[in-house]
Amino acid sequence: MEMAQESYELDVGNLMASYPHHSFASTPSSREELVKECLQEGTKLVQAIADALFNLPSTESPDGPLVQLPQPTTRLPREKPLPRPKPPTKWEVFAKKKGIQKRKKDKVVFDDQTGSWKRRHGYDRVNDDKDVPIIDAKATDEPGQDPFAKRQEEKKKRVEKQEKNRYSNLKEAAKAGALPSHVQLAATALPITGSQAAPRKISKDELGNVAGMAANATASGGKFDKKLPGEKPPKHDKKYRKFLPVAEGSGMGSLERQQTEKVLNKFMAKNSHEILNVQKAINMYNVKKDKKGRSQGGKSSSTDNKLKARKSPYKKSSTKGPSNKGKSK
Amino acid sequence: MMKFKTPQKGRIRRELEKRAPKLVETGKKTLILHGTKTSQVLNDVMTEIYHLKRDNSVKYTRKNDNIRPFESGGETSLEFFSLKTDCSLFVYGSHSKKRPNNLVLGRTYDHHIYDLVEVGVEEFKSMKSFKYDKNLAPKIGSKPFFAFMGEGFESVEELKHLKEVLLDLFHGEVVTNLNLAGLDRVYVCVAVSPNRVFFTHCALRLKKSGTVVPRIELVEVGPSMDLVTRRHRLPDDSLRKEAMKTSLEKAKKKEKNVVKDAIQGKLGKIYIPDQKVGSVPLPHNAKGVKRERREAKLKHGTTEELPEEKKQKLDSE
Repeated sequence: MEMAQESYELDVGNLMASYPHHSFASTPSSREELVKECLQEGTKLVQAIADALFNLPSTESPDGPLVQLPQPTTRLPREKPLPRPKPPTKWEVFAKKKGIQKRKKDKVVFDDQTGSWKRRHGYDRVNDDKDVPIIDAKATDEPGQDPFAKRQEEKKKRVEKQEKNRYSNLKEAAKAGALPSHVQLAATALPITGSQAAPRKISKDELGNVAGMAANATASGGKFDKKLPGEKPPKHDKKYRKFLPVAEGSGMGSLERQQTEKVLNKFMAKNSHEILNVQKAINMYNVKKDKKGRSQGGKSSSTDNKLKARKSPYKKSSTKGPSNKGKSK
Repeated sequence: MMKFKTPQKGRIRRELEKRAPKLVETGKKTLILHGTKTSQVLNDVMTEIYHLKRDNSVKYTRKNDNIRPFESGGETSLEFFSLKTDCSLFVYGSHSKKRPNNLVLGRTYDHHIYDLVEVGVEEFKSMKSFKYDKNLAPKIGSKPFFAFMGEGFESVEELKHLKEVLLDLFHGEVVTNLNLAGLDRVYVCVAVSPNRVFFTHCALRLKKSGTVVPRIELVEVGPSMDLVTRRHRLPDDSLRKEAMKTSLEKAKKKEKNVVKDAIQGKLGKIYIPDQKVGSVPLPHNAKGVKRERREAKLKHGTTEELPEEKKQKLDSE
């Protein structure tokens, strides 16, 4: 028993004991036997840890004896990296160089103007802008300048400067990887140089549309281009065109028939004369006939004809009119 | 362009500070989740692990079809969940024909997978099937003992790894002060064969032995199961080295109200609350009661007189 106890490896910090030389005396035949033997052996191990544990110096407490555990010997990995040391701010560097010590300031200060104790910062603070009723004029004052507005503006500037300093210190800390945990670095899009407006965030759909347009902007309409991983095919890569079915049938099959019937009905209708512009039709017919007659009349003297026509179209029509009419009728 | 974002609300700020890396870490949280398919056995195993670690674990109940811890690309979703829930231990269950009742135990470092051990669950016995005195039932969050037995935990690579992961999964917080009255549970792990570990959870019964050290008995409370090792993945050496780093300096706790003076030595400030001498409670004279009663009360100085007065009144009527 004592020999066995010596071979137990104890890690009191983790309350762990291991016994590598354990072997079953006889291979357990059933599950129950195995469990029983394991528990027996386990009891010995736990007893060994307890022996070490209960002999540690303890202090009494109302809930029971408290024991200081030693450091665990089995080392386990961390869950997060070690925090990096924060780089000193510009002020801290400066203060160290000058030997400026930090000192505590009271939270409340005596206010001479109101004759009472007031907070140093925040609401109802000492020397607040609101509590200054009169500002003494100085010889250096420029005429026409509001001293109260000036005071406010100066304060605003001081606040802005402090904010700028804070940002530059944070940037240094970000470089060292030691940003305070509650501060997060949010990288926004790079602004186009010269533009004052803050860059607008482009939505996923918009980006997809632009990418689709760019992909189609080749001679082949992007047909032979290599697709990027995750790139979706364009939504409409073909023309919007419908072909009616060739074979006649019901539903879609009867569409072609309907279309032709519609056109035919227009012509066959009672008032089809309104559709047909009779005057225009007569003119067209006349012009065609005229052209035919001229070409037949004499190709050799085409120039003469032209000249004659230019000279006096009215006269000619009057002279040649009857003959023409006769031909036509 | 860089922008610094700070939370607008104190609650969020405190929450973020809790999640920040610390010099000395407190306990790890556990994420329990499953893949597309599970079995009844696996559901029970995961629920019971959740019960064992109820104080610092998160259990997901939806199925996750894109988590495959051992495959490249299958860990992204898992790592995201680890970041979201701030858990650095995970238990992932899946059930397939090739690997029935499969349990992947793993750890993350900086929300990236650190190591993985895959085990099959066999011969599972639920907590409910054990009968024992309920007074012995281990309390939530108590520090457990561990007993590892068998040669396998030293010689076989998989079991060695499994031992470390099991210890990390169940050991709870690293504590310096331990209350001996609060010890009530043991995890017993026995390497039965080179690829099989018998794992069980027992309660402790402390009996008087006549000495300082009590005699200890184990009472099996479950769950108990056999873990059959399958695949495992050890961390890279460089990652391991980084994760094992500890700080030399301890995080110092701020000592309040103590000043060290060269001449006077160590000085402490004690705050005594205002004693409110001006408003010492006087004998109670209620203003809400009727004048007759008030006067009677002042005259006799006791309240026992009042019922008599009432009676008299009734008599006169």
